[in-house]
Amino acid sequence: MATDSGRDWFGSEKTTGYAKGRAFELGCLAATVFGIFMVFVLLLYVVVDAFALTTPEYGPWLDGDFLTSAHSRFPEKAGIYPALVGSVMMLIVIALSAFPIGVGTAIYLEEYASDNPIATLIEINIGNLAGVPSVVYGLLGLALFIRFVGLGTGTVVVGGFTVGLLILPIIIISAQEAIRSVPDSMRTASYGMGATRWQTVWRVVLPEALPGILTGTILALGRAIGETAPLIMIGAAATVFSPPSSFFDRFSAMPRQIYAWVSFPKYEFQYGVMAAGVVTLLTVLLLMNATAILIRNRYQRQ
Amino acid sequence: MSQETISGTDPSPDADDESLISPSPGADAVGHERTTGEQSETRTVVETQALDVYYGEERALQEIDIEIPAEKVTAIIGPSGCGKSTFLRCINRMNDLVDSARVEGELLFEGKNVYDADVDPVALRRRIGMVFQAPNPFPKSIYDNVAYGLRVQDDTENLDERVETALRRAALWDEVNDRLDESALDLSGGQQQRLCIARAIAPDPDVLLMDEPASALDPVATSQIEDLIEELAQDYTVVIVTHNMQQAARISDKTAVFLTGGELVEFDDTGVVFENPEHQRVEDYITGKFG
Repeated sequence: MATDSGRDWFGSEKTTGYAKGRAFELGCLAATVFGIFMVFVLLLYVVVDAFALTTPEYGPWLDGDFLTSAHSRFPEKAGIYPALVGSVMMLIVIALSAFPIGVGTAIYLEEYASDNPIATLIEINIGNLAGVPSVVYGLLGLALFIRFVGLGTGTVVVGGFTVGLLILPIIIISAQEAIRSVPDSMRTASYGMGATRWQTVWRVVLPEALPGILTGTILALGRAIGETAPLIMIGAAATVFSPPSSFFDRFSAMPRQIYAWVSFPKYEFQYGVMAAGVVTLLTVLLLMNATAILIRNRYQRQ
Repeated sequence: MSQETISGTDPSPDADDESLISPSPGADAVGHERTTGEQSETRTVVETQALDVYYGEERALQEIDIEIPAEKVTAIIGPSGCGKSTFLRCINRMNDLVDSARVEGELLFEGKNVYDADVDPVALRRRIGMVFQAPNPFPKSIYDNVAYGLRVQDDTENLDERVETALRRAALWDEVNDRLDESALDLSGGQQQRLCIARAIAPDPDVLLMDEPASALDPVATSQIEDLIEELAQDYTVVIVTHNMQQAARISDKTAVFLTGGELVEFDDTGVVFENPEHQRVEDYITGKFG
């Protein structure tokens, strides 16, 4: 008797919702495949162009010479070296300016002012700032650093400060999340030992939050290295023939140089040289992201 | 808390006193008398007078009057939500960290009201160590955990020695002495809690507060912690919150029973509270009629 009635309920044909579930799963899979496929096509496209795989007679555009020489009128001699150095110098300015300000803001908001209404207002606005278009930050940089402070047009510091402002909200938000993820029991333990707030933040909270803060910062720097619009607004050069000699020298950065090449009339610039530049930029970006992942994994294991 | 008492495994001073009587009545009797004289006059370390605690509008403790004796284990028992942890956290002003908490009345530590405006809670906490319900070692090395209190107090003389001393007193030294630089998070739960005790006693506080220190541990680790508490009570004033009545009966000298509403209903020698409580409600609670 028990088996007879059992047959009534345990067969899967009696359970509703499998068809819907299956369709939903397939829909999600399709969405995933679509996104990854598009990125893959894009990468394939630039890599094929950069190494001239379909037109080997032009030789690979991306080679040692491309990384070590400056722009030239002749596509086969053109390189990205000054823009690469310019990008790296700009990143240094961004890291040195945005990191302390961003992390300081996050520490203040999380550890000192977590409950006051002004802090809440600031926090909401930081979220909004993260969504402001980069061209607007470019205008701000132009007005603030060049017109008001009087720094030189198109110099490394102005570029760094401007893009630094742009990624500041991202650094703040990721640092806040990292600080928030430190369990409160750590803070209680520290206060219970007679530590001051400063000692608690410096000796317990920050060391715990640091991997998360660094990961967030590196990802934000990855966003920064690809920004083009603010550089155009602050007058970064389309093309320079030597790397900036100081942080107060005029510079070009990789995305700015790539943008310039695309608008050149010669076919080789628009395809080969541009693609080589894109691959260089993406490689730097991937290296930075890999560093972020390494840092995260390394500290997670401890 | 001198260095001589540290080696731990020696028979306790009380046992010595007993044995002193018979062999040579002359000189030792004097010594014995002196010791008992010291013990009988029990000093009060923490004393409250009409202590009230509010969380916002809610009253968590009402009119608590209690005198906690020095170098004894005082257990605080009571059903959930009776304010026993709140009371413990008042002693070292951990409730200051809760924005909505408000304290009225007086809580005297060594005769000084700790809620006076001139008392720095940080300085207070340096004299009153605390061990929490769940083991909460820092994600640092075992050594750095124990050294934390001394380091925040800028008191790093003989650091190695004092870390060792604290670990020995917490009965953890033999298990960890060969891996002091390994992460404290690799220890078992019971070891982590003993590490937290070592961390709390390393700066040699006057009072040790324990908030259900064994509730997250298995029976073996729990009994280790209980043995440890009894040992520590020879040198420290221990105030322990527990929901485990057998534990309170086993390890404490004095027991305070808080009942729902944040009232201190009974406070007496542990034996009296458990065998012959004055109030019917306390008897009902202890015999398990409610909880």
